[in-house]
Amino acid sequence: MILSVLLQTAAAVLGTVAFSLLYDVPRRCYPYCGLIGGCGWFCYSLLVLEFSPVTATFCAAVLIVILSRIFAVREQTPVTLYLIPGIFPLVPGAGIYWTSYYIVTNQLSLASQKGFLALKSAVAIVLGIVVVLELPQKLFDLLSRSPLPPREEVQKKE
Amino acid sequence: MNHTADERQVLDLAVRAGRILLENGAEISRVEETIDRIFAHFQIRSASAFVLSNGIFITIGSDREPFYARVQHIPVKSVHLHRIAQVNELSRALEQGQLTLKKAQARLEKIEKSPGKTRGMQVLASGAGSGAFCCLFGGCPADIFCSFLTGLLLYYFVLTVNSRYLSKITGSIAGGALVTVSCLLFFRLGAGCHLDHMIIGSVMPLIPGVPFVNGIRDMADGDYISGFVRLLDAVLIFFCIAGGVGLIFSLYHKLTGGVLL
Repeated sequence: MILSVLLQTAAAVLGTVAFSLLYDVPRRCYPYCGLIGGCGWFCYSLLVLEFSPVTATFCAAVLIVILSRIFAVREQTPVTLYLIPGIFPLVPGAGIYWTSYYIVTNQLSLASQKGFLALKSAVAIVLGIVVVLELPQKLFDLLSRSPLPPREEVQKKE
Repeated sequence: MNHTADERQVLDLAVRAGRILLENGAEISRVEETIDRIFAHFQIRSASAFVLSNGIFITIGSDREPFYARVQHIPVKSVHLHRIAQVNELSRALEQGQLTLKKAQARLEKIEKSPGKTRGMQVLASGAGSGAFCCLFGGCPADIFCSFLTGLLLYYFVLTVNSRYLSKITGSIAGGALVTVSCLLFFRLGAGCHLDHMIIGSVMPLIPGVPFVNGIRDMADGDYISGFVRLLDAVLIFFCIAGGVGLIFSLYHKLTGGVLL
């Protein structure tokens, strides 16, 4: 059990790094991307033992976005660099597969069940991202003790 | 500060920086902020920018500054996130006064021309990603290997055929179908043990992660038009992939006379 969770976490790290390569993230960010993807999946696979997959997805998404924002401040890079590869392990790929499989094999009640679960997971990711992105930037400046001072607000136009 | 700077050149610089950001997958608020920062740095007060997910509209002009306008259409292209990071650095350096207009122009040019990953690297990354995600969803070593091969094949197809001849929609359907065909072949040849894990892993490189995440961020920032367009893009691609997989499944069912997979 624990072994399979660790193995899957390692796979999540590798997969996230591969996708950050695919999206052409700067090379110095690869370790952070891998770390974020691994932490996200680890959190998900622990929580899913106790809670529903949707709750677990939400919590993992929150963790991923928090880590992304911390690393973004620390490295003085946009959050997008970490967020896009990091979120991949949580994407409900299995849900999409089973939905289309059950639709084709004409098991429509199973199809709608799987489809709604996938949709709920996607909404959980959305909520997780939105909740953490709304947190004030100052919090993350404090959390990550960045080497550079934070940027001033852009001057307002006339 | 820099009163000799030609307004028109600043405008070009701002549009160019905005274009690089937008076509490589930055969120709308970042594009707007970068453009505003560039104008603020060169003391142009009358500039006003409007950014959509596929276009930038900027005007300058008041009774004290001459009138200029630029409209730039930006088609969706492949994503290079490192260029966003570089433009971000450039805008920081500009604000700290480390760059003149000429130098900033040269640096943007360099960012624009900076090579992405080679095709071989991308294909390999797609294969490794597919294999890793197959393992993540619980595939056995044989499944992982088949997923790896399918991921390689898929991205080769995406780079050679999709980007040149197919629209996004047909491309996604074709990609989903290709993955399913390849995995079914491996499965029938006895190479893998779980068809589902193989297909789910291999389909991952097609998943529209960039429009999905950016759409959410734009929505959260209140850029509803762009956010909606990007989310629609993501959802449409999701459905097309599922459609491609389903298409091959139903063909397979017809051919084999309804054998359950």
